[in-house]
Amino acid sequence: MDQLLQHLLNGLLLGATYSLLGIGLTLVFGLMNVVNFAHGEFYTFGAYAAFAALALASVNFFLAIPLAIVAGALAGAVCERVLLRPLRGQSIDTVMLVMIGLWIAMQNAELLGWGGVAKSVPTPFPTQPVVVGPVSVAPLRIFVFVVSGLLILGAHLLLSRTKLGRAMRATFQDRETAALMGVSIERIHTITFAFGAGLAAAAGALLGPVFLLYPSMGDLASLKAFSVVILGGLGNFGGAAAGGLVLGIAEELGAGYISSGYRDAVGFLMIVAVLLLRPSGLFARAERVG
Amino acid sequence: MSRLTLVIGGAIVLTAPAWVWNPYHLHTLIMAGIFAVLALSLNLLLGYTGQLSLGHAAFFGIGAYASALLSVKLEWSPWIGLLAAIVLPGLAGYIIGRLALKLRGAYFVLLTISFAGCVSLVSVNWMDLTNGPLGIPGVPPVEIALPGLPALSLRTKSAYYYLVLAAVVLAYLLCLALIRSRVGRALVALRENETLAASVGIDATHYLVLAAVASAAMAGFAGGLYAHYTRFVSPEVFLFTYTITMVIMVVAGGKGTLAGPVVGAVLFTVLPEALREFTSYQWQMLLYGVLLIAVLFFMPEGVVPALRAAGPALRRRWKAS
Repeated sequence: MDQLLQHLLNGLLLGATYSLLGIGLTLVFGLMNVVNFAHGEFYTFGAYAAFAALALASVNFFLAIPLAIVAGALAGAVCERVLLRPLRGQSIDTVMLVMIGLWIAMQNAELLGWGGVAKSVPTPFPTQPVVVGPVSVAPLRIFVFVVSGLLILGAHLLLSRTKLGRAMRATFQDRETAALMGVSIERIHTITFAFGAGLAAAAGALLGPVFLLYPSMGDLASLKAFSVVILGGLGNFGGAAAGGLVLGIAEELGAGYISSGYRDAVGFLMIVAVLLLRPSGLFARAERVG
Repeated sequence: MSRLTLVIGGAIVLTAPAWVWNPYHLHTLIMAGIFAVLALSLNLLLGYTGQLSLGHAAFFGIGAYASALLSVKLEWSPWIGLLAAIVLPGLAGYIIGRLALKLRGAYFVLLTISFAGCVSLVSVNWMDLTNGPLGIPGVPPVEIALPGLPALSLRTKSAYYYLVLAAVVLAYLLCLALIRSRVGRALVALRENETLAASVGIDATHYLVLAAVASAAMAGFAGGLYAHYTRFVSPEVFLFTYTITMVIMVVAGGKGTLAGPVVGAVLFTVLPEALREFTSYQWQMLLYGVLLIAVLFFMPEGVVPALRAAGPALRRRWKAS
């Protein structure tokens, strides 16, 4: 029983970052109709940006994370302007292949820049776990969970309460009508992609200190993000938030009770099962953002 | 293409082992051949049905493991291994095709990635069968034993070159026959407009699954050829890099053409090797990514259709001057 509680807690902590990853991906898909295979690379980018700020520029830990998010969002904005804007109106497959190209290029650029040796990020948190009743948890994990939750809440508020959010939702529902109402579609696209990249970078900056940094870390992150998005239904914000938690908990239980070697298979199998049985996602009403 | 260029080209390809004296260059050509089979197989799906499979390394890997395991653990003839490298991936292609081809576009892509991911994890974790990350060494070479003649081992690179060349020609002819048949026309009809195709009675799932089986079987055969060539199989055969390389070869060469994947395969095996002296593997992969983007931006149809379009125009200009 205690063991089960521990697994559930670990799953929840891990799942929050998966949600963060999935939300960025699902927004970009829902709004721009772009299947962003480079999503995990923005995760890697965020992780290394935080590392660079911390270890090389010796910035404060709590400042390095927002810096990494901003850097990720900027990188995303540049990618949108340079690669995606000229391809607007092209088939979704062409854009998908371009994103695959970006993924390979970014990953190997990271590899050239940072080398293949894994790096660890120093944190100000004590490694001594906090014990609460039958379960224990590292303080860093709590911090990561809280910040992830706040970012998801912030993203939700931005989409549902602000003028920009309303413009984004309008674009999602009907691009032409939104444009007629004076929404600058070009601007919304750049902002959406930057937003998605920023959320991925946030997940990277937060999880980087928990795990190790290596240039191909984004592959697994992409995979998790896609699993989450599929679970929640493509383009479904709430679905992605819930899907992340479901995936995190399922992985922890799978690794704990079945086999740790097949931990990453949980995500694969969930994708397969959901796509075959319920392709619009577990939490589908209609596909929508916000 | 005129008959003369065809004859000259054929002669160059057929005599290559005689004048390519550097074994490393010959090795590059053999790998180009194996990749040509892979690219042809991916092109059947990507080029003719319009469905992008990012799980093709799985079929390649299953073929490699099937052939290696049968000839190492059961000590069966490599020829039976190669046959299994066609049949088993074909079967896997059938099952995956049946399941995945209910879906289209991004959903199909994700399902194929997931499939490849699962197979790769099995190859690492099922120690008893696959020996895990350590892989299977000592895969025997292919031998040709005709009655009444001494067994001819294809251990040497120049002999293996011909085996791979035969495989490429076979794969090419198979694709050609398929494309020119009723099946090929049905596939193209489905690619261009599925609703319209269905309205004239083309059973989408039936034809797409057929293409998936043929494609998977060809990729598996390439895997078998690879296993008996390198004589060693490890979970690395499932690396996503293989799939990416195939995609680049097909897209850059010209998807939906038969010559495109072959040209792409030769280009993208020889080019990196030629650049090897100047660059590292990372630079090469970085270049792959940039090149894929550049091709899609500036030559979205690929090299072969671009050359075909440029050919007559150039000839006209030459005649005019």
